[in-house]
Amino acid sequence: MADAKTSPGISVRNLYKIFGKNPEQYVDMVKGGMTKAELNEQYGHVLGLKDINIEMPAGGIQVVMGLSGSGKSTLIRHINRLIDPTAGEVVVGGDDVCKMSPGQLREFRRHETAMVFQKFALLPHRTVMDNTVYGLEVQGISRAEQVERAQRWIDRVGLTGFEKSYPNQLSGGMQQRVGLARALTNDAPILLMDEAFSALDPLIRMDMQSVLLDLQKEIRKTVVFITHDLDEALRLGDKIAILRDGKIVQQGTGQEIVLNPADDYISNFVKEVNRGRVILVETIMKPLSGDPEGMGIATGTTLEEAAKTMTDGNVAMAHVIDAAGKPVGSLDIHDVIAAMVTPVAHEKAMAAE
Amino acid sequence: MEWLYEFPSMNGASLRALKKAIDEGFRSFTRAYGEYFELFFEPLKHFLIYSEDFMTDTPWPIILIIIAAIAWLASRDIRIVIGSIVTLLLIGYFDMWEDTMKTISMIFVCTVLAIVIGIPIGIIMSRSDRVQAVINPILDVMQTMPSFVYLIPVVMLLGIGKVPGLIAVVIYAIPPIIRLTNLGIRLVDKDVLEAADAFGSSNWQRLKNVQMPLALPTIMAGINQTIMMALAMVVVASMIGVQGLGQPVLRAITNQYFTLGVFNGLAIVGIAIIFDRTSQAFGKRLQKHQEVVHG
Ligand SMILES: Nc1ncnc2c1ncn2[C@@H]1O[C@H](COP(=O)(O)OP(=O)(O)OP(=O)(O)O)[C@@H](O)[C@H]1O
Ligand SMILES: [Mg+2]
Repeated sequence: MADAKTSPGISVRNLYKIFGKNPEQYVDMVKGGMTKAELNEQYGHVLGLKDINIEMPAGGIQVVMGLSGSGKSTLIRHINRLIDPTAGEVVVGGDDVCKMSPGQLREFRRHETAMVFQKFALLPHRTVMDNTVYGLEVQGISRAEQVERAQRWIDRVGLTGFEKSYPNQLSGGMQQRVGLARALTNDAPILLMDEAFSALDPLIRMDMQSVLLDLQKEIRKTVVFITHDLDEALRLGDKIAILRDGKIVQQGTGQEIVLNPADDYISNFVKEVNRGRVILVETIMKPLSGDPEGMGIATGTTLEEAAKTMTDGNVAMAHVIDAAGKPVGSLDIHDVIAAMVTPVAHEKAMAAE
Repeated sequence: MEWLYEFPSMNGASLRALKKAIDEGFRSFTRAYGEYFELFFEPLKHFLIYSEDFMTDTPWPIILIIIAAIAWLASRDIRIVIGSIVTLLLIGYFDMWEDTMKTISMIFVCTVLAIVIGIPIGIIMSRSDRVQAVINPILDVMQTMPSFVYLIPVVMLLGIGKVPGLIAVVIYAIPPIIRLTNLGIRLVDKDVLEAADAFGSSNWQRLKNVQMPLALPTIMAGINQTIMMALAMVVVASMIGVQGLGQPVLRAITNQYFTLGVFNGLAIVGIAIIFDRTSQAFGKRLQKHQEVVHG
């Protein structure tokens, strides 16, 4: 089991991926600034990823976002080397995945990683149970233990009673949960999730997000999570990276990205987001002037929660206290509500950082 | 202008010499190694004889029950089972039971041999485009070359009898299994294969857990075709001493016994239909969970 291990961090360094017949030949041109469109038109090669550098936190959730075709699936496939990079390295806990021998790679995939696929990729001739145990079966664990461990996750993703069903007898959302159960049963320190919740209805989706967050409280896995949904990204992500045409356009915490979108592409992404759930009180608090007023609100509280506590407590002023209980700033309900509805102006946000 | 009307062929003498040299060469090869070939195929001969004895010595009701049981297990279709029983009863009633049993035994051994040899070749072929490029033309030749032509070297090497007949039939009937095994494995969904890789499957686990099960319906179609082609060879094979329904047909041709020919011909058709329906129904059942996955 993985609980004895600590989950490793993942660093992706100077990663390039070009699809086509002679990818190596074009790396230098891409490094020299050739765009995806030019490479495709002039040389018939597809630029998958360009100069990707990400430090994924050990034991944290790294979210990757981007529009369709921006290279998210390509990136996540490099981490367990389902795709070989054209240039660059992927270092997991000190080892470069790209330099592993076939045998080492197999061991790495068996014991260090588990993956949920965008297109589910279930074995159609196997039942839900037999799909779920697949990773353990490959590792050579006894059938009794396989079934016991799988059953726990089948129950947890809400598929109890469907153990003997075949994938083509299930709805898309149910199939996705089988894929989820299959990955979680593997109990690996690294969890690769390619749009793992995209086929789920909102209620089950929230539930699965909670499963993931609960799991993170117990055993801190290193999770790479791809999503199209910014709210999901903000709820889950310790760090978020945004891809466009194979390049990273911005990375940072959810709050950093919402408050400081690097360009219009990202502004469009974050426009519709529920700011009250992202921005934290310390971001908009004012310096303390005089004695702290009203109730104390802990740092790390979102504006939405703060507004609710303040209105419940029927107070217009509050003060922010840090982990040690020391007051660090003051909070006005007007400012809280204003920050929730109007985008913070660029300069002001900068100043708040 | 004469060369325009007469093709400028190799001159008669050198052509004769060439053919003679090849024939001589092969003949001395046969004389030197024929024995070893016979020795090599000895186990096959035992298998053939054992299977034929089993089919002809077992009381007919038991054979009938066995065939009905196999048809049921494979197809789960009562109509196919009843059809098989009726066909066999008619065959027996018209006094062709013994020959039919010999033919079925022959087809059975042939199919087993074709599967044992064909599937591994198909697997190897699916793993490398280069191997595929080499084997495909060979299979083309095997399928288009008139079967009488390769009977000649087989008979020269092994004489007349069951084993050469079997080899000739297998050569003729094996290409579909090889081709469809190769095709079936190549058509396996890339996404599923990728998932198997992502969980660290070894090559063998990949083959056993993903490629073979997913290719099985296609391979089954190949086996079905192989059986049909083997049956089509029954008459030709009887020319070199294979016993069964082919022999009376051969006699009917030489002596112009119309009814004898028709009866035995119909018996071949009858068992062909039994084999075909049963193996197809089995293939369909294998495919049950692989229909388009929705979602
Ligand atoms: N095997 C391949 N050969 C050629 N091009 C490829 C290949 N795989 C991916 N690409 C290209 O790489 C780019 C990125 O694809 P990728 O699947 O990573 O996108 P994505 O961000 O996951 O999109 P989506 O949100 O639709 O899943 C696309 O332009 C795609 O056409
Ligand atoms: Mg994708």
